[in-house]
Amino acid sequence: MFGFSRPQATAFAVMLAAIIVAPFVLYPVFLMKVLCFALFACAFNLLIGYVGLLSFGHAAYFGMGGYAAGYAAKAWGWSPELAILFGTLAGGLLGTVFGWIAIRRQGIYFAMITLALGQMAYFFCLQAPFTGGEDGIQQIPRGNLFGVFSMQSDMAMYALVAVIFLFGFLLVHRIVHSPFGQILKAIRENEPRATSLGYRTDSYKLVAFIISCALAGLAGGTKSLVFGIATLTDVHNAMSGEVVLMTLLGGLGTIFGPVMGALISTSMENYLAQAGAWVTVIQGVIFVTCVIAFRKGVLGVLAEKLKITL
Amino acid sequence: MKLSRRTLLGTAAAATLPATARAQAASIKIGVLTDLSGPYQDLAGTLAVASAQMAVDEFAAKGFKVEVISADHQNKPDVGASIARQWCDQGGVDLITEVANSGVSLAVAGVAKEKNKAYLPCGPATSDLTGTACTPNTIHWVYDTYMLARSTGGAMAKAGGDTWFFITADYAFGHALTRDTTGFIEAAGGKVLGGVKTPFPGTTDFSSYLVQAQASGAKVIGLANAGSDTVNCIKQAKEFGIKQKLGGLLVFLTDVHALGLDICQGLLLTESFYWDLNDGTRKFSERLKARAPSKRPTMVQAGTYSAVLHYLKTVNAMGAAEAKKDGVVTINHMKAMPTEDDCFGKGTIRTDGRKLHPSYLFEVKKPSESKYAWDYYKLIATTPADQAFRPLAEGNCPFIKA
Repeated sequence: MFGFSRPQATAFAVMLAAIIVAPFVLYPVFLMKVLCFALFACAFNLLIGYVGLLSFGHAAYFGMGGYAAGYAAKAWGWSPELAILFGTLAGGLLGTVFGWIAIRRQGIYFAMITLALGQMAYFFCLQAPFTGGEDGIQQIPRGNLFGVFSMQSDMAMYALVAVIFLFGFLLVHRIVHSPFGQILKAIRENEPRATSLGYRTDSYKLVAFIISCALAGLAGGTKSLVFGIATLTDVHNAMSGEVVLMTLLGGLGTIFGPVMGALISTSMENYLAQAGAWVTVIQGVIFVTCVIAFRKGVLGVLAEKLKITL
Repeated sequence: MKLSRRTLLGTAAAATLPATARAQAASIKIGVLTDLSGPYQDLAGTLAVASAQMAVDEFAAKGFKVEVISADHQNKPDVGASIARQWCDQGGVDLITEVANSGVSLAVAGVAKEKNKAYLPCGPATSDLTGTACTPNTIHWVYDTYMLARSTGGAMAKAGGDTWFFITADYAFGHALTRDTTGFIEAAGGKVLGGVKTPFPGTTDFSSYLVQAQASGAKVIGLANAGSDTVNCIKQAKEFGIKQKLGGLLVFLTDVHALGLDICQGLLLTESFYWDLNDGTRKFSERLKARAPSKRPTMVQAGTYSAVLHYLKTVNAMGAAEAKKDGVVTINHMKAMPTEDDCFGKGTIRTDGRKLHPSYLFEVKKPSESKYAWDYYKLIATTPADQAFRPLAEGNCPFIKA
């Protein structure tokens, strides 16, 4: 199903089992955070891992999705599924505009344009009246799913987040293994060649960019409903950096890598919070170690050792 | 001794007994959520945690145990909110206090309300905590933007500084400070001659704005910004030899300490606590010295002590088991009881959760006037407790109207 190879199917089964068992062992709110970031990292990985486009402003779509969903849920009283859908649309729409501008250049220029546009989005969010400036949108209600099921309990919300994550994850996997995905990979390997074969590479890149941004918006919208808050942290370029780190840490261009990376990064932020001023130092040491010891990311190295693709 | 199954069971039972007995005696857990690694670590940070611990040690509660835990909110509202959530869900925390950072404090207010815990913010400035975002679980302890604007603007205008020019950080916080302060200056018969907005964040060079302020001829240059922006403004004003008075709207003792008297002299600022203000504050600071010999407390750190002490008095009066059960009931008890401690003297708490005490307008001393370490401020004006804060009716606190 979905074009999984044998090892991938096993890994997927393990992940699925972990998602089902984990909330009974670990703290559900923490797990929801992991899943939101995992989805965000998967969306980012679709671009850098499979199209070879390094977007340095992905926080813009993540954060804008969060603001849109949060605003819809709080000010207009929309139910969670509509609010999250609205967040996805907002991410996708912003991605269409920014992507349309950015894909005209390649390599470092592409990265710089996305960074600049991302910063523009940040300053827009700082000033725009609906975002609440530096205080963010606070106390966003989780509401009732389809107007019926209350999402107040963490377990109910967890189930929703898990479903959203699995949907996003399988969508990315499906895209990567579709004929469309093959063309994306061809563009990554040799863009002039893909052009010479008759593909309009710009259109393919733009579509991939929009999908990635919409998924980032989906992740951001979900996160804002989980925590009841949408803030500047999510649009700040530090967040763009964080998602790059997550993807690198887990393994660039592997389908499970970003999930692993998000798990490691979020766990560090969560469990090291007690360590006070040492948090940043410890994080730095771990990142340096990972970059030196696992060049291809944790799962990238593992896959290489076992001679499989993950 | 031979170990039979029966003796083993007996010992095991004996060993578990005191453990369960201990668990039954209600214990109170206080979470100090603060900035341990960022820009507010000096004015709050570890010394705020130490102050909370000192309140616990001095109170020496009878009949219940008290434990203090702390964490770093990293100045991110989502990190702060998730720590608070985890503390309430898993850590058994009954009181969350400190929380220096307005964005984080508003996020935690929502969590405290949802989980029905007591919440005593000391470090945040936003007056929304007793305004549109107020909840029956919150008591805002030390200061707020209204108090700062009223004292620095109103009291200053009365004391002769009646023409102003504002350097405003261009975001909601800066705008609010400028608007409020302007209101008080004009009410006191003063005039605002002009102002300039500086991009936020990222402005490091304030020279052109300062020259503009100098040219305006205003007696006071109001700094409607915070943190490194304020510090840069003060430094550069000194470098340009600007003779006008600087009115800092959010400056703490630790900022003055970091900059030095040579640069800060003549700066006007408002605080609700100064360690060398009276016998009570000196006694408190002397006791705190045992925990941090080289430092003196800011109003945020003193506030954390004061808030925790009043909470413990309340818990003692109503019983720990009762206090653990319901955050709103505990907060209502706290509001009903008058406050008294070395730091802020006698005070009261209003129904909307505003702790009331006087605010003080200080001027930073010249280096020649400073006689001993940390001798930094001289008192210019005092605003009494009943006038220092925003009147209840103007706050639009939702649960007061209802």
